[in-house]
Amino acid sequence: MSDHKTMTLTLIVWRQKNASDAGKFETYTAKNITEHHSFLEMLDCVNEDLIYAGKDPIVFDHDCREGICGMCSQVVNGAPHGGQDRTTVCQLHMRKFKDGDTIYIEPWRARAFPIIRDLIVDRSALDKIIQAGGYTSCHTGGVADGNAILIPKPVADEAMDAAECVGCGACVAGCPNGSAMLFTGAKVSQLAILPQGQGEAARRVMNMTNTMTECGFGNCTNHYECMAACPKGINVKFIARMNREFLKAQFA
Amino acid sequence: MILDGKCPTGPIEQTWDKHRFDLKLVNPANKRKYNVIVVGTGLAGGAAAASLGELGYNVQAFCYQDSPRRAHSIAAQGGINAAKNYPNDGDSIYRLFYDTIKGGDFRAREADVWRLAQVSNNIIDQCVAQGVPFGRDYAGYLDNRSFGGAQVSRTFFARGQTGQQLLLGAYSALSRQIKLGSVKMYDRREMLDLVVVDGVARGITVRNLVTGAMESYAADAVCLCTGGYVNVFYLSTNAMGCSVTANWKAHKKGAYFANPCYTQIHPTCIPQAGDYQSKLTLMSESLRNDGRVWVPKKKEDCGKHPNEIAEDDRDYYLERKYPSYGNLAPRDIASRAAKEQCDDGRGVGPGGRGVYLDFADSIKRLGEDTIRERYGNLFEMYEKITDENGYKRPMRMYPAPHYSMGGLWVDYNLMSNIPGLFVLGEANFSVHGANRLGASALMQGLADGYFVIPYTIGGYLATVKPGQVKTDHAEFKKCEADVKAEQDKLLGINGNKTVFEFMREVGGLMWENCGMARTKESLETNLKKIPALREEFWKNVKVTGSGAELNQQLENAGRTADFLEFSELLCRDALHRNESCGGHFRSEYQDAGEAQRDDVNFCYVGAWEYKGDNKEPELHKEPLKFDNVHLAIRSYK
Ligand SMILES: Cc1cc2nc3c(=O)[nH]c(=O)nc-3n(C[C@H](O)[C@H](O)[C@H](O)COP(=O)(O)OP(=O)(O)OC[C@H]3O[C@@H](n4cnc5c(N)ncnc54)[C@H](O)[C@@H]3O)c2cc1C
Ligand code: SF4
Ligand code: FES
Repeated sequence: MSDHKTMTLTLIVWRQKNASDAGKFETYTAKNITEHHSFLEMLDCVNEDLIYAGKDPIVFDHDCREGICGMCSQVVNGAPHGGQDRTTVCQLHMRKFKDGDTIYIEPWRARAFPIIRDLIVDRSALDKIIQAGGYTSCHTGGVADGNAILIPKPVADEAMDAAECVGCGACVAGCPNGSAMLFTGAKVSQLAILPQGQGEAARRVMNMTNTMTECGFGNCTNHYECMAACPKGINVKFIARMNREFLKAQFA
Repeated sequence: MILDGKCPTGPIEQTWDKHRFDLKLVNPANKRKYNVIVVGTGLAGGAAAASLGELGYNVQAFCYQDSPRRAHSIAAQGGINAAKNYPNDGDSIYRLFYDTIKGGDFRAREADVWRLAQVSNNIIDQCVAQGVPFGRDYAGYLDNRSFGGAQVSRTFFARGQTGQQLLLGAYSALSRQIKLGSVKMYDRREMLDLVVVDGVARGITVRNLVTGAMESYAADAVCLCTGGYVNVFYLSTNAMGCSVTANWKAHKKGAYFANPCYTQIHPTCIPQAGDYQSKLTLMSESLRNDGRVWVPKKKEDCGKHPNEIAEDDRDYYLERKYPSYGNLAPRDIASRAAKEQCDDGRGVGPGGRGVYLDFADSIKRLGEDTIRERYGNLFEMYEKITDENGYKRPMRMYPAPHYSMGGLWVDYNLMSNIPGLFVLGEANFSVHGANRLGASALMQGLADGYFVIPYTIGGYLATVKPGQVKTDHAEFKKCEADVKAEQDKLLGINGNKTVFEFMREVGGLMWENCGMARTKESLETNLKKIPALREEFWKNVKVTGSGAELNQQLENAGRTADFLEFSELLCRDALHRNESCGGHFRSEYQDAGEAQRDDVNFCYVGAWEYKGDNKEPELHKEPLKFDNVHLAIRSYK
């Protein structure tokens, strides 16, 4: 491994003290970065330097650092999560950058995601969409045996394709309209595909899409930027599926 | 003091049913008068909050992330066990019970483990009803895979993201209750104290992580579902925010900490690449179903490209040492075996700290597509981190801290020794003994949350009058003031070392001297060095910013301060336990590399009572009895 080769990078980072602060870009230098650093480990190093200098470190959301919790959320050089195929920003590695590069780092920007501080935004609107109907109304206990209703593998697989969404909100940040159609479509589709979710399908799609609008998410005008931004490769076919479910519900 | 786990007696297969019947009930109309706090919304807390809300209790739930969907349960990859016996390969509740007791090296309570095995089947049904897309076959039946420490196929999975799908199931049930108003969710909140009034748990003190404000919440019962503590090793497979803080604060308020030295080191994690590294990534144990573990036989081959090392020059050491379980030997055994090979100078990769996990044979037998179908996301993850293609060359693996079997002591009802304080999931100590088998933590979290606490909490609440203490009680004010004072102290030190430096240091001491192998000497070293490091921390840590704002350094400083205290207790427990069992391996007590238990002197749960800052804690014992599984040497040969 070539740990001895290190990079120096220029970072231009969005800093904003709190929700009401106007915010601005600040420039920092990241030194002694190797190709094995993850992007967030690179930021950790910059933050250590800032702390030694008595300055406020850059705050950003993160937790699992393995691409599954959906907590990390940064726009890197204009692309949510940095634009590497099927990769969250916490899984992005510095081998994708070159010595001397300048990197722009910004928070998710969308009407429904107010900035809390620096790179941290408030995504509680996504929880509200799920609360509006992203479930089957089963009770704890008193359900049928897991094999009572057969679900052939292709059906289970398709539901799983939709269920992989990590709720990061990159689709919203990537969409010119700030729409949450991919996120919502994924959950609506997962439950509409499975027999367990079909009974409530009509009510679910109406309630979830209404909530989406109430929370300030924009409309879908078929740009497909959401799919390009999605670190889990959620397919826009689930938006189409949700639209069909919506039409069905209106005529039901 | 001799502790009583209050386990029901009689024929083991009737214990839970009988106990459920004996528990008092809360009248349905009265349930809404009771407030219940649930701290943590992972599998255990999410399932508990949703189920208790549905029963009619008034629930307040808390998590430190921005949404309950992000708890670290989300990261579990491999699967969840249940005794369904769908493959007809000889499984049963009794066998799952037996495997778990044996896997835990005879250091868990029989009754608790029986209950876990018994409700395991309900969990699968529950998750299917929620819309969890478990793996299925073409006819539509649920599929199973094998996991370490079992000779039957009882593990259910959702691709390589089982924890994610189970958590999203619990999260959806929780979201439904939030919408219905039975659960109030408080996210971006960190519990920093337990409020105890007249010996009874009455509420919590939390910091609002966005505004920095201290907040108090009162309730008739508090459930801690706050996960595990292996971040005490600094580098682990846990998320960055996982900490011992909630448990530790409760411990300092009187809750006993049981078996802290039982920590699990997972055999297959991606080796560390450099010292800037912030966490380690696990590769699911399910990989050992199809991957073969080996190291070069000859030291001089270690630097070679693995594909150039001849078959005869490879040592498939797990298959050699444990012929009947082979690559599926339990975790503690597989981890120690890897360390042994590396200590012997036959490790591969940076610093010789790695062993190969090789898929070439399976790819030949099953085709690359089948392997991709089974583990594609894991191979992808491996490549993102290492820049190496696992289909083309064997993966490199090394053990890493992963899970804590120890936790707050609870009785059979999941209640700690503090009345009104319940502990669920990884945060308690109850069912895994000294070693946890793969795919049984998810099972435990959901068992505790969906199927145990809804019954046992009623048994407690039926005996207390609701709403006796409110947040205007002086004790709530005092707790807020204490937490605030500690934070002001941290902010005022303005020393020369960052929080991360201290965490790296204490983690390094723990990994070096209290990791996969421990000795009296190494533990005594830690018992000297940790208090010194703690003292330095309180003189020389540097935390910038203020307490009245979003301040991640301050959050980390608090967690590190707690780890600096807890790590000492962990070492003390490891030092007192003069035997090797499961994940606790004392080099002095071994038989040619295998753990040597001492059932005459150590067949008990060791639960520690806090006695004040820098005072020696007091050990209480709960003797373990084995009426159903014969105490035997645990062999996987
Ligand atoms: C990488 C990885 C893979 C795994 N794979 C498997 C597997 O395949 N099968 C298996 O059975 N097990 C597996 N495990 C183990 C299993 O995932 C965990 O043991 C289990 O999910 C823990 O669930 P929990 O609900 O107890 O805790 P967690 O899911 O960790 O939840 C803890 C909750 O507590 C909250 N919290 C913590 N502290 C505080 C505080 N002070 N204030 C407020 N909130 C707080 C958090 O916000 C979170 O909501 C794996 C673990 C890891 C790390
Ligand atoms: S659809 Fe993709 S981008 Fe959108 S929230 Fe889900 S995982 Fe993130
Ligand atoms: S930190 Fe969890 S997905 Fe990035």
